[in-house]
Amino acid sequence: MEYFLQQLINGVTLGAIYGLIAIGYTMVYGIIGMINFAHGEIFMIGAFVALISFLILGPSGGAMIPIALLVVLLIAMSLTAVYGWALERIAYRPLRGSPRLAALISAIGMSIVLQNYVQLSQGARVKTLQPVIEGGFQLMKAGNFTVVLSYMQIIIVVVTVSLMAAFWGVITKTALGRAQRACEQDRTMAALLGIDVDRTISITFVLGASLAAVAGMMVTLYYGVIDFYVGFLAGIKAFTAAVLGGIGSIPGAMLGGMLIGLIEAFWSGYFSIEYKDVAAFSILVLVLVFRPSGLLGRPEVEKV
Amino acid sequence: MPDGMLELAGIDAFYGRIQALRNVSLNISAGEIVSLIGANGAGKTTLLMTVCGDPRATTGKILFDGRDITNTPMHEIARAGIAHSPEGRRIFPRMTVQENLLMGSVANPESNQAEAFERIFDLFPRLKERRGQRGGTLSGGEQQMLAIGRALMSNPKLLLLDEPSLGLAPMIVAQIFEAIKRLNEQEGMTVFLVEQNAYHALRLAHRGLVMVNGAITLTGTGKVLLGNAEVQEAYLEGAVKKVADA
Repeated sequence: MEYFLQQLINGVTLGAIYGLIAIGYTMVYGIIGMINFAHGEIFMIGAFVALISFLILGPSGGAMIPIALLVVLLIAMSLTAVYGWALERIAYRPLRGSPRLAALISAIGMSIVLQNYVQLSQGARVKTLQPVIEGGFQLMKAGNFTVVLSYMQIIIVVVTVSLMAAFWGVITKTALGRAQRACEQDRTMAALLGIDVDRTISITFVLGASLAAVAGMMVTLYYGVIDFYVGFLAGIKAFTAAVLGGIGSIPGAMLGGMLIGLIEAFWSGYFSIEYKDVAAFSILVLVLVFRPSGLLGRPEVEKV
Repeated sequence: MPDGMLELAGIDAFYGRIQALRNVSLNISAGEIVSLIGANGAGKTTLLMTVCGDPRATTGKILFDGRDITNTPMHEIARAGIAHSPEGRRIFPRMTVQENLLMGSVANPESNQAEAFERIFDLFPRLKERRGQRGGTLSGGEQQMLAIGRALMSNPKLLLLDEPSLGLAPMIVAQIFEAIKRLNEQEGMTVFLVEQNAYHALRLAHRGLVMVNGAITLTGTGKVLLGNAEVQEAYLEGAVKKVADA
């Protein structure tokens, strides 16, 4: 029971992070119908920006951790958003209207470019960050096993869930969200109604990138270790989460992220930590076989 | 022409390699209803879409309200005051009726939304009942009303209507044509109407144009075209018979 609870806590934390990255995949797919394979790298850049900002703020931030956290959050979100914007401008917009495969190849290319760019500029070695937030609540004790809910985990879940809620509010309630959904459902019609489609797509990338940056910052704080390659696996996991939830569906991305996080945590806890990725991806295979449109996705219908 | 609203001069346009419009020139004045009739595939829809910027005219010039919009970005053409209720209606299926209408007001941020809603619900009371329903679940007639309502939300200077009667029951068609007439008479709305239902379209219009193979072959007042032997033969056979029988 205690062990189960601990895995649940770990899984939810991880799932929140995956969900945040998955939103970026699903939104971009929804609006331009392509998988942005460089999104994992955007997440990695977010992690690096957060790490660097922490190191710069480090000496003075000690007494004012909440403020430092907020500052780093804002820096990471805004700088990474610029990367997301530039990515679309440079690698995808010129290819709009060309076959999907071209954009996909461009995405994979950008993924490699960004990885190498960080590797060259920051070095290939693993980067570490001293724990910024330590401690937690001891929830339960059984023998020598203690269930811990760390402050960091609380922060991760609270930040992600409130960001997702805010984001959901933007999508469903605001003019910006309506424009976004309109472009997703019928781009030409949106343009006929006076929506600047290019701008809406740019905003989609900016939003997705800033959410990924938050995920990157949380990972940096949670694990304290990052390198230029973290985006690859995290990206693929989040992509899996998006597909699992139903690509194109934002609630689906959140749900899928949570499920992948839980599957991974429970698998590592009860079976073997080495095969946790196998578990996550096997679920993906099963979902694709039995429910190709994902848990909350719409079945693909030919537009008439 | 002093009150020229829309002016096309020598427009060519292509879909892929197929030439869809051939040297099309026309004029629409403020307050007019102009109907464009022609067979399936004659290029009527392309003509309306070319005015909106997709596809682009490869030669010629399009002037709207005195401004050259031949190469203006699509969304700016809409914001200049051209609203389009397109072929196939293109309702956003996963948005509510209300949200669909709100999308219509994007082109004119200064328009009074509450007033616009009132005006459209007055014109199509059915939409008011369906306000919270998703666009994709509406009937064809309701969708057509929604498409026209959405176009009207921005209080446009020029309303483009592409086959508003397509696939609808005669009673609904009559309602929709009645609404167009009301818009024109009461508010002075300029309307450019594309129709296969030539009889209705020409009766409603001040002027008519006939398009064959991407070129405009005949122009005249609605009445004159209705009486024209060629038009009767090609587009009005059924309708004229009906009138003669009655």
